[in-house]
Amino acid sequence: MVAFIIKRVLWFIPTILAISAVTFIVMNLTPGSPFQPAGANNLREDIIKQIEAQYGLDKPLPVRFVTYLSKAVRGDFGESYSRRPQKVNDIIRRGFPVSLHLGAMALAMATVGGLALGILSAVNQNGIIDYISATFAILMFSVPSFVLGILLLILFVIWIPDWTGWKFFRVGGWDSPRDWVLPTIALGAGPLAQLARYTRSSMIDVIRSDYVRTARAKGLAERKVILKHVLKNALIPVVTLIGPLFAALGTGSFFVEQVFRVPGIGVHFVTSMSTKDHPMIMAVVLLYGVFLAVMNLLVDIMYGIIDPRIRLSGREG
Amino acid sequence: MASSPENVSQAQLLAEAADAAPTRQSSLWRDAWSRMIRNKLAVIGMIIVAVFVLTAIFAEFIAPYGQAEVVHYTLKETKPSWHFPMGIDQNGRDVFSRIVYGARVSLLVGVVAQLIVLAIGVPIGAVAGFYSGKIDNALMRVVDVFYAVPQLLLVLLLVNMLGPGMRNIFIAIGVTGWVTMARLVRGVMLSNREQEYVKAARVAGAGSGYIIVRHMLPNSLTPIVVALTFGIPQAIFIEASLSFIGVGIRPPQPSWGQMVGAGQAYVQSVPHLLLFPCLAIAMTMLAFTFLGDGLRDALDVRMND
Repeated sequence: MVAFIIKRVLWFIPTILAISAVTFIVMNLTPGSPFQPAGANNLREDIIKQIEAQYGLDKPLPVRFVTYLSKAVRGDFGESYSRRPQKVNDIIRRGFPVSLHLGAMALAMATVGGLALGILSAVNQNGIIDYISATFAILMFSVPSFVLGILLLILFVIWIPDWTGWKFFRVGGWDSPRDWVLPTIALGAGPLAQLARYTRSSMIDVIRSDYVRTARAKGLAERKVILKHVLKNALIPVVTLIGPLFAALGTGSFFVEQVFRVPGIGVHFVTSMSTKDHPMIMAVVLLYGVFLAVMNLLVDIMYGIIDPRIRLSGREG
Repeated sequence: MASSPENVSQAQLLAEAADAAPTRQSSLWRDAWSRMIRNKLAVIGMIIVAVFVLTAIFAEFIAPYGQAEVVHYTLKETKPSWHFPMGIDQNGRDVFSRIVYGARVSLLVGVVAQLIVLAIGVPIGAVAGFYSGKIDNALMRVVDVFYAVPQLLLVLLLVNMLGPGMRNIFIAIGVTGWVTMARLVRGVMLSNREQEYVKAARVAGAGSGYIIVRHMLPNSLTPIVVALTFGIPQAIFIEASLSFIGVGIRPPQPSWGQMVGAGQAYVQSVPHLLLFPCLAIAMTMLAFTFLGDGLRDALDVRMND
């Protein structure tokens, strides 16, 4: 188990390096200078060159990459190009807690709701609950988060206040549950549905297995069979879904934050790309990359702990 | 959706009947079809997808106005009306016509991007799965790196480099999406490699390339087909997301995501500007999910999500 963890942790380093190298190269191949303002007021060529030199953009690419990395390792992500003279660190420090809060709430909703829905439908297979929950899950599963967000926005922020005068939900801030509820639903619904579908099929697989039939045959109460025998084994494959789930929450948040004007870092992700704000792009990509890699690592370790078969055979192969 | 027990047993009976019948060539697809049309949701999905495809192909005949034609200059009456069933947009254009032309963009992106994914993913996955060893290891390392970053994020980076526009979206989705297909094909190849028909072909003197192309790929067709049905809406989703934040399809060409993004500023006063394209995206994605689910059940493909 220890060797397995060490191997996975070591694999982490080349992954992060590859992500940053690819981002760095792609970002620098993007035509146009980050310091050329969009619009009519073109700066003179030599002035742009001067500003670029100030930020070290005149040096060759590998040198810049190494300089960047050595600073980033020490926790210094530089100065934002488009929001000079703000530090990238400060921008992230302000936005990240909000995004994390939103993500955590959506994750909680997805996990609790998804597992409950999945288990309920598997136990009532082909019953009315199964039918309703499957319909709900397939709806949430296929509708992109920003589309769901906008539909919620139109319904709860525009139409319902218009019709009834009930103005509970707001957009544009992050202070109270009045701001939190709609973005959380928009972001969490897709992962919830995915989890519900996966849990259901995993449960049904296990319910059909021989040892469950044995448990029933020896006269165990249905409740006990489900809780003691089925659930434990059915949830093992579900754990693998947590990694992709985090990815969905991460990318989903750019769009959901945009729709509800949540002051998180998702918005910076999109704007930093269009303004070619190199330090900001790198910081956001690395933040997501590291976050996802850590989560995947934790999932792998957790998987090894709950399922001895994996620990013994090793994951590769 | 799982088929009910009666369906399963009927399907089994059918399958046995088909096995006994002399027309073995097409029995797999014929069985799948008979199972498909019994699945109500799959049929609904199929119908919506068919409407979507026909709309995309015959957009010129369906749309009453051009894709960027200004039909209404005063912008006094923007609400849906008899003449303009989905209303008028912020530039005085007919929303219905733009939705119809938007279907063409979505379909094109979905299909072409998936063709690129197929063209890159299938050969690489097949070779890696068949030969294993070093090629396979190298592929799996690449897959690991790609999987560490969400596809949408990579696509965003690439599209920013290449610039907006439909061709660049094809490229970005293709370049980032092939890994999933390669991994799938690799897995199927690995499990098929030890099967008897492959050994038989080898004993009969067939070369590796011949075995892969003539024997193993046709046997891997069903999971690939199912993956495609899920890949097309995924590509449509990515295009809609890109266009939504303004780096996708370039105006004045309409795309659903772009209509939503552009309408955002007017959501308070004219919510229908966002409502109709949102519904179009949601319906299309839903239909493809119904279809994909139905196809997966009908073809009895087991997939790890």
